[in-house]
Amino acid sequence: MHHATALLMLACLITATMLYIPAFATMVGHREIIKPVHIYCGLLLPVPTLLGLASRAFRRDLGALNRFSAQDGHWLRSGQRRAVVDGRGVIPVGKFNAGQKLNAAFTAGAALVMLGTGAMLTWPDPWPDRWRTGATFVHDWLFLVIAVVTVGHLWEALRDPGALRGMATGHVTRPWATRHHPTWTDTQPPPPPSDPP
Amino acid sequence: MGGVDEERGAPVGRRIVLGMLGLGAAGVAVGASLQREVTRAFSPVSGIGDVLPAVGGFRFYSVVGTVHTPRDLKVRVDGLVARPRAYSLAELARLPQTKVQRDFQCVTGWRVPHVEWTGVALPDLLDAAGVSPRARAVRFHSFDGVYTESLTLEQARRRDVLVATAMEGKPVSHDHGGPVRLFVAPMYGYKSLKWLGRIEVTETVHPGYWEDRGYDVDAWVGHSNGRDDAPT
Repeated sequence: MHHATALLMLACLITATMLYIPAFATMVGHREIIKPVHIYCGLLLPVPTLLGLASRAFRRDLGALNRFSAQDGHWLRSGQRRAVVDGRGVIPVGKFNAGQKLNAAFTAGAALVMLGTGAMLTWPDPWPDRWRTGATFVHDWLFLVIAVVTVGHLWEALRDPGALRGMATGHVTRPWATRHHPTWTDTQPPPPPSDPP
Repeated sequence: MGGVDEERGAPVGRRIVLGMLGLGAAGVAVGASLQREVTRAFSPVSGIGDVLPAVGGFRFYSVVGTVHTPRDLKVRVDGLVARPRAYSLAELARLPQTKVQRDFQCVTGWRVPHVEWTGVALPDLLDAAGVSPRARAVRFHSFDGVYTESLTLEQARRRDVLVATAMEGKPVSHDHGGPVRLFVAPMYGYKSLKWLGRIEVTETVHPGYWEDRGYDVDAWVGHSNGRDDAPT
C-alpha cells in the first residue's frame, strides 16, 4: 500500500518536473509521451488507499493517524522528540508519531487537491477560464510544497535505519520500537521466551 | 461536534484534509487574481521565470525530443510568389526592423507581460517576394518539419506579425524558438510558430499542428478557443 502510493507519487513528481520545470521540459521534450504517464499516475494515486480500506488493520492505522492526543502536541513542541532513557522513549508515542500523522494528513489532502485540480486541467471544457487559471495556480504552487514535504519525508526516513528496515520488511526490532514508539510497544504481545542459555 | 474524544484524541488528521480541500477550492476560485499579483510582484526579478513558471515565466510545451538547428539556416519564402528566395540571418538583419511589445498569452492560461520582439514585419517580406493574385493564405513550416501554422493573407499583412530574430533585445534563444520564429501579436501563442524555416504563400488556409489537435485556426486572444482573456 505505502510502496504503491510512493511509486505513483514519485512518478507524478518526476514527470511533473519533466513537463513543468523549463530546463527539464526543453531537455526531455516528448510531451505527448510524458503527459499521459503523469495523468494516469495521478488518477491511480488514490487507488492503493481505496483498496487498503478493505483491510481492518489498514482502517485501524488510518484511525490512529487521524487522532491527535495531548501527547502529540507535546511531541511537536518538544525539542527532544527522540530522547531515550534506559532504552525507552521519553515521550509516550504510539504506532505513529505526530510528525507521521501530519505527513499522512498533508499527503492525503494534497493528493485530493492535486487530483481535483489536475482533473480540471485534463478536462477543461466545463470550467470557466478563471477557474482553469485558478486550478493551474493551485496545481503549480501545491506541487512545490509537495516536492519539499516529500524530500523532507525521505530525509527523515533515510536517516533512520530502524524505520527503513520496518518499511522494507514489515517488521521492526523491539528495542527500536521501545525507543521510538514506546506506547505502541506496550500493546504488542511480549516476545516469546528465549531459549535458556 | 468538535468534542475531543478523551480516549482517542481529536480528529486533527481529518480536519487537516478537509481544511486543505477548502483551501484548494478557494485557490481555484481566486487563483487567477492571485496569480496576476504574483506575476506582477516577481516581474522585476529577471530570470526567475526561467526557473519557475509559477512566478510568471514562459512554459515550454515541446512535443519533440531535440531540435537541431541547421548550421547555415535560411528562411525560404516561396509558393505563390513572383520572386521566391531564401534569407540568411544576416540578410534578415539588414532589412528594416520592426519592434513590437505585447503580453504573450498562452491558450492554456498563462501570460507573460510586456515581451519585446524585434524582426522583419511579415508584410515587408511578402511585398519583397511579390504575392500572386491567386494567394489567399500563408503557411509556415518549422525547420524540423514537425510544426506548421497558417494565417489568412489579410492576417499575415498585419504590421504586428513578425519574423522575429530578437526577444527582449537579445537573439531569440533556441528554447524560445530561435534563431528565427514567427510572432503573431494578436493571437494565442501557438500561432507564433517556433524554429521558422519556410514561409509558403498558398491558395487556402491549412490547419496547423495545434489546430489538428482541436485549437481554433483564427486564434484571436480573447475571441477564440472559448476564452475571454484581455486582447493583447
